[in-house]
Amino acid sequence: MKLPSGVSRAQLFEYLLRLGDERLVLGHRLSERCGHAPILEEDLALANLALDLLGQAEALLELAGQVEDAGRDADALAYFRDAIDFRNPLLVELPRGDFGFTMARQFLLDVYSHLHYTQLCESRFQPLADRAAKALQEIRYHLRHSRQWMLRLGGGTDESNARAQRALDEMWRFTDELFAVDGVEAELAGAGVAVNRSSLRPDWDSQVAEVLEEAGLRVPSDEHAVEGGLQGRHTEHLGHMLAEMQILARSHPGASW
Amino acid sequence: MTHDTSSPDTQWPLWEVFVQPKSGAPHEHAGSVHAPDAEMALQNARDVYARRGEAVSLWVVKAEQIVASSPEDRGPFFDPARDKVYRHPSFYRVDRSLKFE
Repeated sequence: MKLPSGVSRAQLFEYLLRLGDERLVLGHRLSERCGHAPILEEDLALANLALDLLGQAEALLELAGQVEDAGRDADALAYFRDAIDFRNPLLVELPRGDFGFTMARQFLLDVYSHLHYTQLCESRFQPLADRAAKALQEIRYHLRHSRQWMLRLGGGTDESNARAQRALDEMWRFTDELFAVDGVEAELAGAGVAVNRSSLRPDWDSQVAEVLEEAGLRVPSDEHAVEGGLQGRHTEHLGHMLAEMQILARSHPGASW
Repeated sequence: MTHDTSSPDTQWPLWEVFVQPKSGAPHEHAGSVHAPDAEMALQNARDVYARRGEAVSLWVVKAEQIVASSPEDRGPFFDPARDKVYRHPSFYRVDRSLKFE
């Protein structure tokens, strides 16, 4: 695969892992809701969203494998890496919690993904821009879905409002990481390949605040930020999740059905 | 608004879903969903009946807004048509080259 000029293979691989792992882990967390959503219709909706995310993850990890050029495909990267090698932000690996938590996380990430992938479509690395454009269509619908749910959870009953607020308060300290840019991404952003995610923050802040206000929910106050997922320092939750996600592929390597 | 309390499977109203498979085609009844309001009904309909690209347009209608004939009407409503052949436009010769959509 031809890499864009002035870009290191290792850095681009690292970056694609971050993008792909974010989709993969979030998608898996969402898939855990299958059979556990409050109503049948929402069960189908969440399973659809999870499948979209897994599809996005597959496309990005496939590309990562091609860039790495070491013979690893999307499956090898998804199922045969350990937690320390995953590069997702911590927010996506937190347990699914109650429905309020699942949906609040989805909403915060949908707003973020919408901004992120809108810019990613402009990447100078065309295979990445193409994948981003395809994902963006799906993300638009995801955002519509989770936005509507936030309005209803916030504006529903005291119970639903309290649960949505508690979820936001609990996860807020993990949101800074979505906009944290280290050396790897700064260089790739400079080369026009990556998105400088710190630039998404003002729009994210205002779009999230607008919906929360309409929903009768508070924007949580800034807590001490927790980061590290992008560098492979994860919460204890990721290892447990991967054990479940990877056991089949590891027990029966190369199996197909 | 009345609720059927004999089978309280949900607190949300029922909506009937109509799917238009392609532009210009009629919207056809696909099934129903439960939802608290119109926007969520539309989203649920999308996820249940149009997630594999089956539709270019969706309608949702509150089930209670649909006026339906009742089973007792079956005789007086529909039966008299059976023996009135003149109501069926079957006496015209149609050129074979004509195609019906």
